Amino acid sequence: MDTQGAERPGAKPSPEPRAKRSRGDFIGSSPVTPYLFMAPYLVLFFTFVLIPALFGIWVSLHNWDYMLPGKPWSGLENYTDLFTPGSATSGDFWLSMEATGKFTLYSVPFLVVVPLLVALILNQEFRGRGFFRAAYFAPYVLGVAVVGVLWRFLLDPNVGLVNYYLGKLGLPDDIPWISALPWAWVSLVGMTVWWTLGFNAVIYLAGLQDIDPSLYDAAKVDGANRWQRFLHVTLPGLRPVLLLVVTITILASANVFGQPYLVTQGAPADETRSAIMYIAEEGLRNFNMGSASAMSYVLALFLLLISILNFVVFRRGED
Amino acid sequence: MGRRVTRQEFLLMSAGAGAGLALAGCGGGPQSNPAVQGNSAGSGKTYKGPKVTIEFWNGFTGGDGPFVRKMVEQFSSENKNVQVKMNIIIWDSYYQKVPTAVSSGKGPDVGIMHCDQLGTNAARAVIVPLDDVANTLDLKESDFYPTVWEAGIYNGKRYGIPLDMHPLALYYNKDLLAKAGTNTPPQTKDEYMSVLKELKAKGIEGSWVSPFFFTGSLQFMSLLWQYGGDLYSKDATKATFNSDAGVEALSWMVSLVKDGYSPKNVAQDAEYTAFQNGKNALHWNGIWNIALFSELDDLNWGVAPLPEIGSQRGAWSNTHQFVMMTQQDPNPNKQAASKFFINWMSEHSLEWAKSAKIPARKSVRDSETFKQELPQEAELAKELPYIHFPPTVPGIADVGAASLDVAVNEAVLLKNDPKSALDEAASEANELLKENREKYQA
Repeated sequence: MDTQGAERPGAKPSPEPRAKRSRGDFIGSSPVTPYLFMAPYLVLFFTFVLIPALFGIWVSLHNWDYMLPGKPWSGLENYTDLFTPGSATSGDFWLSMEATGKFTLYSVPFLVVVPLLVALILNQEFRGRGFFRAAYFAPYVLGVAVVGVLWRFLLDPNVGLVNYYLGKLGLPDDIPWISALPWAWVSLVGMTVWWTLGFNAVIYLAGLQDIDPSLYDAAKVDGANRWQRFLHVTLPGLRPVLLLVVTITILASANVFGQPYLVTQGAPADETRSAIMYIAEEGLRNFNMGSASAMSYVLALFLLLISILNFVVFRRGED
Repeated sequence: MGRRVTRQEFLLMSAGAGAGLALAGCGGGPQSNPAVQGNSAGSGKTYKGPKVTIEFWNGFTGGDGPFVRKMVEQFSSENKNVQVKMNIIIWDSYYQKVPTAVSSGKGPDVGIMHCDQLGTNAARAVIVPLDDVANTLDLKESDFYPTVWEAGIYNGKRYGIPLDMHPLALYYNKDLLAKAGTNTPPQTKDEYMSVLKELKAKGIEGSWVSPFFFTGSLQFMSLLWQYGGDLYSKDATKATFNSDAGVEALSWMVSLVKDGYSPKNVAQDAEYTAFQNGKNALHWNGIWNIALFSELDDLNWGVAPLPEIGSQRGAWSNTHQFVMMTQQDPNPNKQAASKFFINWMSEHSLEWAKSAKIPARKSVRDSETFKQELPQEAELAKELPYIHFPPTVPGIADVGAASLDVAVNEAVLLKNDPKSALDEAASEANELLKENREKYQA
């Protein structure tokens, strides 16, 4: 996505003639060659992405359980069930989509803004900068299982450390961090921000270092203050990076699974059960792979629409 | 994260599709599998064939892991001709992995399953009928406890050889009971409530109620049976847990929360942690915790049968049963060795009982050693006449998880009143039961 920049009008015309000649000299002129180079990736892509994805469409048109001899054709029933109130799946599915939507809505702003602030600070010259850069990135190297179990202990409403210390400070010590709303969302979003902000911050940092320092000097000469320099130099300079960050953050948040699975287990009731959680349950525990595949496609369609919208918004901003 | 799950799911499905075709190609399927019958390699009580290695999978990741390991080691050292390779997988993943492994021809020979998973796995041809195994081993109902023997049957065929029973029990903190002026665990509703009132007067919430399956749903099911109700209709076409008995049962649990005998919003396992920390006086949990609590030096605790809160005694229980997996290419020697292994394990289940279970085998349960060495487990064996197992119906565990567990969760968290929570759950359950019937009959 960030490579888009190279194709945009106004970008430098890249290849020198030398490159052309050496390509021919080195590899030979067989038209098969580029495909051979791509083959290792394509094999994986076909085996693990394209073929399963197409197979998933086929599965979604059946009542599919891979262990049962009969896999009756059900046409679009798995899809229409999702849009029929009162069917076995529709209520739970849309509740899980709503939970996913809420998590995305609550988490993305924090995950886009907080890492930017962190990156701006870490981009300054100060003692121990390397240490802090590592410290902010550190949680990201932990697996979701570690993060989930860790926060599960900290946030336990009855015996957790967070409530214990809140009590010591004279604050309420009975906040149901993981078993009631809105606290469960606060917890899930908070732990996700703590866990992944380092990743977005690193991307921002790289983007910040790409901005030509002479632009800041020029702005200073023109009398721009700090805020104006941020608004008119930093932000426009970060636009491609920002598009990348917003897109991957939305997709990552919409695919949330591990945090609610480990920390709230979907509670209270099924209010924090994400779409992926429900799809996994339906497909892998209840073995209703047909309807799980149909749900996956509906979710994928939503994500596709949101991604397209995202690109359109950023493109418009460019003109 | 999610992307990966979807990919795995697709992979599983494509793997499964291939294997499904292969299975279908075999024709008769597991029901007519001749290899499970006796053969020259031995009757099952002995094994005389060549040296084989059989695979034994189970989900004993907790405190019972070391016990099963010890038994398998002893078996392998006593029987050089049968080596057992054990694979322990957490139960949740176990029930997902075993079918996949079986469908790709990499399944184990022997496994353990809970009775509410037997129907699902039998209907999906993951496991094979064991009637002839029971016959060759000469195992009869009289060798076991009748209800647990019955729990191994699905659709008129035996699929499980019972290993144990693990009912719900009442754990009590002796120090806290002393504060309430008693040293015996409450066994009636009046006794139970008077202990709780005494404790409340001293600022102690005495009986924590969990909104989760462990231990909220287990408590609810026990109470449901105590009030004379049942989970589903006999033919498993209708949910009946929203009967008056169900409403009374859940209302009692909710009243503990509302009246201040339990904190609100108890988190997963917090009631259990609180009991370990001496903050929860009366804790309903499975018999298997005897082994875990025994390791706590600071905790002064005891265990008793569940109190009679409703109109009669009743307790939820489950059972671990030995099963044999469908094989694409059955090896008669391995089958014979598996039978021999199952019988040996069943006969030696006293060792297993030490992981805090009630042995299913009568001879072991009646032995003096069991009564003397495991007095707490022997005390809980008194619950046997009134324990109830979840039904052996395909997909039943998932129906409960999607309906009953949600109702208990909503009611105990005070988000919904017991009756409407149970009614909503029952209509969801009826929908799922209908789907399951169509699915597993197709």
